[in-house]
Amino acid sequence: MIRFVGAKTLDFVTQLGEIALLLMETVRNIFRRPFPRRNFFEQIVKIGWNSIPVTFFTAISTGAILALQTGYAMMSNVKGTEHFVGGVVALSVTRELGPILCAIMIAGRAGSGITAEIGTMKVTEQIDALVTLSANPVHYLIVPRVLAGVIVLPLLTLFTDLVAILGGMLVAFLEMGLNEAQYIETTLRMLTISDINNGLIKSVVFGLLITLIASFEGFRTKGGAEGVGKSTTRSVVMICMSILFFDYVLTSLLTTNF
Amino acid sequence: MSQTSDYAIEVRGLKKQLGGKEVLRGVDLSICRGETMVIIGQSGCGKSVLLKHIVGLHYPDDGEVFIDGKPLNGVSSAERLALLSEFGMLFQGAALFDSLTIAENVVFRHIQSRRYSQKEMDRIVDEKLEMVGLSGVAHLKPAELSGGMQKRVGLARAIAADPKFILYDEPTTGLDPIMADQINDLILHMKDMLNVTSIAVTHDMVSAYKISDRISMLYQGEVIETDTPERIQRSKNPYVRQFIRGEAYGPITTVRPFGRTAPSGTKGGKHETPQ
Repeated sequence: MIRFVGAKTLDFVTQLGEIALLLMETVRNIFRRPFPRRNFFEQIVKIGWNSIPVTFFTAISTGAILALQTGYAMMSNVKGTEHFVGGVVALSVTRELGPILCAIMIAGRAGSGITAEIGTMKVTEQIDALVTLSANPVHYLIVPRVLAGVIVLPLLTLFTDLVAILGGMLVAFLEMGLNEAQYIETTLRMLTISDINNGLIKSVVFGLLITLIASFEGFRTKGGAEGVGKSTTRSVVMICMSILFFDYVLTSLLTTNF
Repeated sequence: MSQTSDYAIEVRGLKKQLGGKEVLRGVDLSICRGETMVIIGQSGCGKSVLLKHIVGLHYPDDGEVFIDGKPLNGVSSAERLALLSEFGMLFQGAALFDSLTIAENVVFRHIQSRRYSQKEMDRIVDEKLEMVGLSGVAHLKPAELSGGMQKRVGLARAIAADPKFILYDEPTTGLDPIMADQINDLILHMKDMLNVTSIAVTHDMVSAYKISDRISMLYQGEVIETDTPERIQRSKNPYVRQFIRGEAYGPITTVRPFGRTAPSGTKGGKHETPQ
């Protein structure tokens, strides 16, 4: 048992080291010319544009549910506070729920896709073929994905914030019949620009985690279809865990500083 | 350096462990200029690993690979890349990039270098596809082609940058006999037309006899015999004889990829083969 835990821990630490090395390798390759333009724009579309529907749905329902829950809780407990729902929704979404839900959705959608694609390339020797054709796999495959992730995640998070606040409003006005002016007033009063910024800073880190870990897991895929399946699963789990971990770290860093 | 060898490719004392298993245990192999060397051996004997060392995909634990007399490992990455750019490799499953069209696959190297105009690249695509006997497929995706056609495209991609060396990993595996023979013809054709040095790894003896100038047999991570096809056929070495005749019983018994021994007493012929 102790041996098992020890081996797993060692494994985990080795992996962290390998991911750190891959990150360094990626950063070095970002500046190598020629920049893989075409792959980069392809990834912007795949990770970003194609994820808009799923983020929209997640955001609108999150905002709506949040408004509903907090609204009824406030109404039944402290009468006359329900117009604060606007502020509560806006703060929870921009600070926490927007970045994290968006990142988890993208981890499931794009992270799994990246691992499966690179993993399949690995097991069908396409990665080897890249090397024999004088292309650097990190430069050709990882750089475009990581850059796209880092750029696209904050944009999607901003979109999530907006849509979730909108979802909250819809429920508050149509379903609960709250006062529109008061609701919007609390939203604007309680929400500061640093709330939004903190969320966006987090999302940049999440974008990096998603694309880097997904690529890493793709590259170490072994075996055939089964191997691809395994590494895709592991990739999504690893990404989600690391997102939650870094969310805590970043939250504590960002809130003590501001 | 005048001491550069007469050999195009020379492998000396190559050793490699993979996953705790000694795959190559000191391989020595010399390939002359313009020759086609075929490496035979059972699945899992280290043939493909050897090939991947020659094309720089693996780094040896010990030993060295010399290309035109120059060492491949332990040199600067620029020198290494320069040596490796002389190679074209045909992978077992063709390993075409499935997100790209056939044309983009063939001139992949040229597109990446950004030093060629579209017109030049179109010309190269047409020329190389014609050399492998394909036409009208340039705009298709790899998944739309049959296995044999994919291999031809893989070959077109391997020769697109006019390499000095072509490596073939199991060129005929998984193809029907007719398609396999067409690939054999193509390999011979490449040799005549391009004047290249080639190494092919295979366990298809029909193909080995047809395309090779010399055959080398790899057994348990070592080269056990190298000779012309005619002499290999008359070899006295019991391992070679068993392999080239494809006999289930003989000295070769321990062959499972994970180092487990086959059931003992195989010599007695307990299995289904009629005696």
